[in-house]
Amino acid sequence: MAVIQVDRKPLTFAERTYIPQILSGLKTTWKHLRSTAVTLEYPEQRPNIPPGYRGVPTLVKDPHGREKCVSCQLCEFVCPPKAIRITPGEIPPGSPNRQIEKAPQAFDIDMLRCIYCGFCQEVCPEEAIFLQNQYSMTGYTREEMVNHKDKLLELGGTLPDKHFKWEKKLHAEQEGNAH
Amino acid sequence: MPTEHVFPEAGAKAAAAAQEFEGEKMSLSMGPSHPSTHGVLRLQMEIDGEVLTKAEPILGYLHRGDEKIAENMTYNQFVPYTDRLDYLAPLANNVAYAIAVEKLANLEIPPRCQAIRVICCELARISSHLMGLGAYGIDVGAWTVFLYSFTEREKLYRLFEELTGARFTTSYTRIGGVSRDVPEGWTDRVNAFCDQFLPILEEILRLLTRNKIFTDRTVDIGVISKDDAVAYGLTGPNLRGSGVALDLRKDKPYSGYEQYEFDVPVGTKGDCYDRYLVRGEEMRQSVRIIKQAVAKFPGGDWYAKDAKKIFAPPKDKVLSSMEELIHNFMIVTEGPLIPPGEVYFEAENPKGILGFYIVSKGGGVPWRLKIRSPSFCNLSILPKVCVGAMISDVVSILGSFDFVMGECDR
Repeated sequence: MAVIQVDRKPLTFAERTYIPQILSGLKTTWKHLRSTAVTLEYPEQRPNIPPGYRGVPTLVKDPHGREKCVSCQLCEFVCPPKAIRITPGEIPPGSPNRQIEKAPQAFDIDMLRCIYCGFCQEVCPEEAIFLQNQYSMTGYTREEMVNHKDKLLELGGTLPDKHFKWEKKLHAEQEGNAH
Repeated sequence: MPTEHVFPEAGAKAAAAAQEFEGEKMSLSMGPSHPSTHGVLRLQMEIDGEVLTKAEPILGYLHRGDEKIAENMTYNQFVPYTDRLDYLAPLANNVAYAIAVEKLANLEIPPRCQAIRVICCELARISSHLMGLGAYGIDVGAWTVFLYSFTEREKLYRLFEELTGARFTTSYTRIGGVSRDVPEGWTDRVNAFCDQFLPILEEILRLLTRNKIFTDRTVDIGVISKDDAVAYGLTGPNLRGSGVALDLRKDKPYSGYEQYEFDVPVGTKGDCYDRYLVRGEEMRQSVRIIKQAVAKFPGGDWYAKDAKKIFAPPKDKVLSSMEELIHNFMIVTEGPLIPPGEVYFEAENPKGILGFYIVSKGGGVPWRLKIRSPSFCNLSILPKVCVGAMISDVVSILGSFDFVMGECDR
């Protein structure tokens, strides 16, 4: 095993006079004075958010404008701080999305509880909930900090869909080979 | 006109009082919210003038009951809670916890995942030591160090943000793997960071190492002998500062640490200065490990593919196949299925040895989870090491211990 002893030589006489340290410290300071600023002037300048950032959780719609959540409540279950509350509702048989059968009647995320861990996005079997780029939320009351379904959908917007699994189900039903 | 002449009785009283209290000790409470205690540590001190005769750390101000919470959630749900143990190195905690559970489940982790975890651990070590160094600088009156080390730390946080999606509370590991693969070009950016970091690290350390003001505050202050360090269960840089070369990355390698070449720095005296030097050298060694890990970054899977009952199936499959969809539901609601048994695993974290003792009775929820946190054990020596020190030395000693109350009180 390679073990090395850290080097601790006693200070030389010159070093004990403080002078070399003061000079080299000043040199460092001057060097940094000339370098560019490392800070951002925050509200005016915004940091770059990398893809895959875990910001405020939002609900999304598919390209056809359908709310993707089917209220399976898996995110509600997995949420470690129990920030999500879902009231499931039914889609009436006559509606165009009747094959999905369920949609949330209410979907609340308490942002005072949310820890932005991203588990809800990870477990969602519909790709309906996403943690997107927004990172700052404010409110004057506790009620204001609870995001209801409308707010969540507004924050989420529309995201592309690769699978359109419910359209597939509808086609299968129409062709008479639904399972 | 002196007061004694105007109020002779008062003067006599004051003199008598001074005589009466001569040699009497004063009790002084430092914390729980004191800038130099680095968190909510309260130090109940008994002082004789400026010299401490007794010091007792009082803990528990940040107790959240993490161990009990763990018994009520699945193994994966506990990962965000490990972020909040040593919150200056969340990635290292995530990794230690995941390996502990995987050991219980006898899971084989693919090399790519192991390499990702090693890089994460070492980056976390650098970020934690930078923070420790910066805060220590402030404690002994050197503000510049803090500003420069924070600039570097910010660059690290950018890397974490890109990898995990969050800067601080990373929640990156899952039982059997990690939450996602490394993004395109990330390892190159890690390499670039290492290249530019080394000269800056030297610059930062140069501000302190040979600085008379700094050495006056640290050399021969808070000396811990080798025997004491072992007897009190110190770990990490605090133990190595006292000259004991215990490093689990070498002694009990995990996550593929045996493939990497690095040295274990140890101190000779065990004073604050040695602990500072050890941390500085550890950062250089971490850079060495990261560079090796990046150079031979393996391809292949980034999670245990054969662990179908432990690691959730990929999202694409969940959306397109019924079987994977059911699997996803099962793993989330029941938790990863871990066989009955018990395990104790410890990992070399930036602050010392972080251990997880887990008892499983089968199923997806731990029956008991105990955390051995390095900061807690390291603080146990405070009553011994602080006696005889001056009050200003206590600040220096606390800073050199580099503890985090988040994991101390857990």
